[in-house]
Amino acid sequence: MRACAGPRLGAAMMEGLDDGPDFLSEEDRGLKAINVDLQSDAALQVDISDALSERDKVKFTVHTKSSLPNFKQNEFSVVRQHEEFIWLHDSFVENEDYAGYIIPPAPPRPDFDASREKLQKLGEGEGSMTKEEFTKMKQELEAEYLAIFKKTVAMHEVFLCRVAAHPILRRDLNFHVFLEYNQDLSVRGKNKKEKLEDFFKNMVKSADGVIVSGVKDVDDFFEHERTFLLEYHNRVKDASAKSDRMTRSHKSAADDYNRIGSSLYALGTQDSTDICKFFLKVSELFDKTRKIEARVSADEDLKLSDLLKYYLRESQAAKDLLYRRSRSLVDYENANKALDKARAKNKDVLQAETSQQLCCQKFEKISESAKQELIDFKTRRVAAFRKNLVELAELELKHAKGNLQLLQNCLAVLNGDT
Amino acid sequence: MAAEREPPPLGDGKPTDFEDLEDGEDLFTSTVSTLESSPSSPEPASLPAEDISANSNGPKPTEVVLDDDREDLFAEATEEVSLDSPEREPILSSEPSPAVTPVTPTTLIAPRIESKSMSAPVIFDRSREEIEEEANGDIFDIEIGVSDPEKVGDGMNAYMAYRVTTKTSLSMFSKSEFSVKRRFSDFLGLHSKLASKYLHVGYIVPPAPEKSIVGMTKVKVGKEDSSSTEFVEKRRAALERYLQRTVKHPTLLQDPDLRQFLESSELPRAVNTQALSGAGILRMVNKAADAVNKMTIKMNESDAWFEEKQQQFENLDQQLRELHVSVEALVCHRKELSANTAAFAKSAAMLGNSEDHTALSRALSQLAEVEEKIDQLHQEQAFADFYMFSELLSDYIRLIAAVKGVFDHRMKCWQKWEDAQITLLKKREAEAKMMVANKPDKIQQAKNEIREWEAKVQQGERDFEQISKTIRKEVGRFEKERVKDFKTVIIKYLESLVQTQQQLIKYWEAFLPEAKAIA
Repeated sequence: MRACAGPRLGAAMMEGLDDGPDFLSEEDRGLKAINVDLQSDAALQVDISDALSERDKVKFTVHTKSSLPNFKQNEFSVVRQHEEFIWLHDSFVENEDYAGYIIPPAPPRPDFDASREKLQKLGEGEGSMTKEEFTKMKQELEAEYLAIFKKTVAMHEVFLCRVAAHPILRRDLNFHVFLEYNQDLSVRGKNKKEKLEDFFKNMVKSADGVIVSGVKDVDDFFEHERTFLLEYHNRVKDASAKSDRMTRSHKSAADDYNRIGSSLYALGTQDSTDICKFFLKVSELFDKTRKIEARVSADEDLKLSDLLKYYLRESQAAKDLLYRRSRSLVDYENANKALDKARAKNKDVLQAETSQQLCCQKFEKISESAKQELIDFKTRRVAAFRKNLVELAELELKHAKGNLQLLQNCLAVLNGDT
Repeated sequence: MAAEREPPPLGDGKPTDFEDLEDGEDLFTSTVSTLESSPSSPEPASLPAEDISANSNGPKPTEVVLDDDREDLFAEATEEVSLDSPEREPILSSEPSPAVTPVTPTTLIAPRIESKSMSAPVIFDRSREEIEEEANGDIFDIEIGVSDPEKVGDGMNAYMAYRVTTKTSLSMFSKSEFSVKRRFSDFLGLHSKLASKYLHVGYIVPPAPEKSIVGMTKVKVGKEDSSSTEFVEKRRAALERYLQRTVKHPTLLQDPDLRQFLESSELPRAVNTQALSGAGILRMVNKAADAVNKMTIKMNESDAWFEEKQQQFENLDQQLRELHVSVEALVCHRKELSANTAAFAKSAAMLGNSEDHTALSRALSQLAEVEEKIDQLHQEQAFADFYMFSELLSDYIRLIAAVKGVFDHRMKCWQKWEDAQITLLKKREAEAKMMVANKPDKIQQAKNEIREWEAKVQQGERDFEQISKTIRKEVGRFEKERVKDFKTVIIKYLESLVQTQQQLIKYWEAFLPEAKAIA
């Protein structure tokens, strides 16, 4: 299964309302809209122009257009897999130079298991349903699969765009290798040992996090940011989970409309009285209204659930930044203490002084860039929420009006007949 | 075998239940065995009665069968009433159904069937014609409402009393507007009486709402939670629909029991409606017997219309059940959606609180408010889903069961006629034998028996034709009602969907400027 997501959607991005039957194209816009200020400039434009889903992996075609001298050509493409994106992300995280930046969150792993399972179950149950039902359900599931596919493409693309838009990160060598090197990066997924290491690192980090965040920050700005982010992150997490559940219930209800439509159709074709026309019309109504309800659910998923999920990850990245700053502050304070001790003992003073200076510089550098990053984060967040909430409301209105018209038309016909 | 039993109170006297059950089983086997050895006894259906009431003093005045009114109107008809009916006359008083008197459960069912099949044809023919004239003056001017459920009493003896209000301009009622208090078992009692009078002659008697021991226990115990209020509301609505359907039936409307139910301020308690009473057990037993009978009756269907209709109803039943399952799923998911929307609304409010950008914070709070209102909307829609759509379907599934029952009665009627013919043949053979053996007194007896059975055969044929005619009419009426019902209710349901969408538009239109105001 192939899906194309690319710059040609840019024009469609301007128009918030899509009248076409293919609601899927809205997702791509949705995620790009999460980072509004990523109007890529000519210096470096990155997108995912194609994607191919094979049995257990997805192959993304990363397409770059750049006028920078670093690259051999002005335009080129490579094929990358999810693990390579993760490798790139981790290399940013582990790079000390980037300690003062919010590292764009890594895209989640493509997960088609649920969808594949459903398609499989459908195949097994083919004998037990009518041909129309089977075709209907198959179309539904295929659309679902396609939707998930497009989403994962969009999420990987957003990650790359964020990196490309960041003044410092875009110059990263690994990033350039990622974009240009047309061989497999041989980035094997972390083996068990490394995963275990990561696990312990995270544990230490959170233990540290507890200690470190106990230290009250001298700087009001950071103090405020810390309190804010801690609370915000938790609440976004909760909202994201609840929004997910809500969208899924909505989808279940829409699916029920589907079955009701089929049953009414059966009633309509087999009834001996003049009510059969009535049933057929109502069956048709349910089929149509179901499509609208499914779209409502999909749009809510996109504009609300995905938005919240993304900011869950971003706020985590922002928290990580704060953590790194706090760590460097602790290092600085430790260096200070070491310097005092050295001076008291009058031993290794120079060493202690250099160390202290380095820590100081590091801390100040991080603080400076972190401040900017956090301000940018807020701007981005507010803009993204605004865009998505406006679009959500507009889409809800559009669908409700469409639904209303459908119902009223049907009622007019039914009342006219009786 | 105990001929007279006091129906044991609900929940109490477990040993008695077992007794009843055991007796019941005996009844059942006796039914089957005597059925197989059929010819000697007249009516297979009343075999249980024959077995048991041997001990009792014959049919007791259990519940009012024919009453004064009918006697007055159709005086000449009573002449046609058969052998058994003279015993009936003591019953022909407007004595209220003496549910308080010790009741021999058996006599509830069997003898009445007998008498009915004898006298029914003439009586009902006449009444139906008269009623139809009235009915064709278009609207049935009678409106029934069931309201104000009130808990009466305490603990396990508590019950809900409902107010039944009738508004009518029909002359048969003494007032144009009146109301009475009734409890659930009263409704069941009414249905039981109507069913026993009319079902076996081919009238489609609307079934009463189902019992629910679990539901009622919760109410009795006094759980004042939403599930018990929901249960009471569900029951109230079902009772209302039940009465409305019953009064729409022209023949049933004329029934004195129905009128008494609607009008009289005091109604003797219908004790035999309890599930675990002696009567209840007997009902179950008879149902089982019927099922066996159905399997053994091989009817030569001379009328294709009946076969066709039966098949149609079979199909309809299946499809309605399927649709019902889907609608129930919708109700369930809609309730889920409502709960999840409410949860999300709270969560969004919290998020709005922690958001430090003022305009965005306000917008998020507004979003939370919108979602809360939408949650309300979903709840209301779920109600509509259920009370309009789902309950309509379950009502009709039960109604179709009643229709199928009526078809089954026709089969039984045919069987009776068949059996009478076989018996007549045997009697004739016996007579011939007597002629040869030249026993003059036995010959006379044989001739008498032949005359008796000739009459029975004739009656059987008449009954069969009558029930066939009635069923045709009833099915026609039922189908018309069904079409009207479905159309009305479904249109109402669609209108509820329209309302929901209109509200959604209002809410989102109010929210949109708030979202745009984020700066």
